[in-house]
Amino acid sequence: MISANFSAIFYLVSGVLFILALRGLSSPETSRQGNFFGIVGMIIAVVVTFLSIGNFSSGFIYVLIFILIGGSIGAFIAYRIPMTAMPELVAGFHSLVGLAAVFVAISAFLNPEAFNLGNPGNIKLGSLIEMSIGAAVGAITFSGSVIAFLKLQGIMSGSPITFKGQHPLNAIILISIIFLIYFLCSTQSSNLFWILLAVSFLIGFLLIIPIGGADMPVVISMLNSYSGWAAAGIGFTLENTALIITGALVGSSGAILSYIMCKGMNRSFFNVILGGWGATDETSKNISKEQRPVKSGNADDAAFLMKNASSVIIVPGYGMAVAQAQHALREMVDTLKKNDIKVSYAIHPVAGRMPGHMNVLLAEANVPYDEVFELEEINNDFANADVAFVIGANDVTNPVAKTDPKSPIYGMPVLDVEKCKSVLFVKRSLSPGYAGIDNDLFYKENTLMLFADAKKMTEDITKNL
Amino acid sequence: MEIDPLIFRLSIFILSIFVGYYVVWSVTPSLHTPLMSVTNAISSVIIVGAIIAGLSGNSDNVFNTSSIFGFLAIALAAINIFGGFLVTQRMLAMYKKKKKNKK
Repeated sequence: MISANFSAIFYLVSGVLFILALRGLSSPETSRQGNFFGIVGMIIAVVVTFLSIGNFSSGFIYVLIFILIGGSIGAFIAYRIPMTAMPELVAGFHSLVGLAAVFVAISAFLNPEAFNLGNPGNIKLGSLIEMSIGAAVGAITFSGSVIAFLKLQGIMSGSPITFKGQHPLNAIILISIIFLIYFLCSTQSSNLFWILLAVSFLIGFLLIIPIGGADMPVVISMLNSYSGWAAAGIGFTLENTALIITGALVGSSGAILSYIMCKGMNRSFFNVILGGWGATDETSKNISKEQRPVKSGNADDAAFLMKNASSVIIVPGYGMAVAQAQHALREMVDTLKKNDIKVSYAIHPVAGRMPGHMNVLLAEANVPYDEVFELEEINNDFANADVAFVIGANDVTNPVAKTDPKSPIYGMPVLDVEKCKSVLFVKRSLSPGYAGIDNDLFYKENTLMLFADAKKMTEDITKNL
Repeated sequence: MEIDPLIFRLSIFILSIFVGYYVVWSVTPSLHTPLMSVTNAISSVIIVGAIIAGLSGNSDNVFNTSSIFGFLAIALAAINIFGGFLVTQRMLAMYKKKKKNKK
């Protein structure tokens, strides 16, 4: 058994290693080393915990067994999961952090002696407050992430579920959680503890159902943040520095990502949280119902345009991932490069279904990351490029966001695709994107629509090059 | 008068939020997905609490209500730790620079 001071220092070391793990992600070169730091930090934390308990009784074997069970499930998932399913995976993982926090809190509540927190029915006030906050946030994270997972997986409809009195109801529940924590702390009643958990599970569920499928990037980031705060709450209860540091890191990380995602859609955080965008917006649907002329072409035309170009910018979106076209796309780009055509990729912050999703998908298809650019980096280049190849993206290219103040996406940062000499737009039909609005780009002089499946069209173009 | 240890923990917490703020802003946007999966993995350091909970039973009775919740939490956190770090590693391994020999 090692002293409490000694273990506290090692928890601090593991907290610092976690900071370095995130620091490593500032560039792809250092990122792998960062991940290694994270693993070392985790091993230190676990080993120190064992040593500080120092009681290698029969229970110890079970701990190892459960780590092994969980670890093999986790490793199996990690190797099998397709990159397109990363958002679901991350949502699923968030729910596990939330539930683990809830379980630890339950355990500490039932058996506070094991944690040095007092006796059942007489838990130290500070610890009880921290514990109940950790449990409540954990429960919200869990049920919220489960809903997010179901929506992303397509098991549950991505359209917002709204009903009358939803917001007042949520507000009442949130206020009641505060009162429950207050009464729980003053009475130490275990019934109140269970009610608190039940109500927190309920509010997590209610908070996420009104948020539409298009807003999932924000939701995932937000739940990422919640899982951090839940961990921090438990960290305070256990007086564990590693957990407190990590909770704070993860909490702020998720919050920053939510902010970046909201900014990418030009929406306020509250607007997203209150939900119900797109599907309920009647006005936007009625606009521009009249038929406008569209130029459409085939793979041959597209290949001709690209062959005569000197620079091409690819604008990929989630549709590309759905069609599994990223590999075909990279083959097309390879052919273009052989013809001395400069190719780069332009990625909108909310392309894909979670922050940075499109970058991972392109990396998987062996696209070098130094050919992939963010919106701010590349937006000025569209004016000098010959061809923009839009594949699976829609709303993020809509010039209406710059011109029409009445449009629901007005003010959203968009890629200036229309400034290109010509635009090739791969799409199955003229149907609107997530935002439910028509894309003006379809009807521009210099736009050629390629109506086909993204993968098939890309392959056909490659053949014609 | 002595300072409550809670204040020290609160100081660590607040300062860590600031560290997190600056560190995360320096993460390149193309690595935001690995950022999320790795934060997932590290927040599962909650496993230390789960281990304490799991070992809270006495040697005659390894499984009581409290320790069962601990063991379940260990399994959940372990899924996340292994899954989170491994999937992050898998993703990061795919990020490659342009090959120099290709013009």
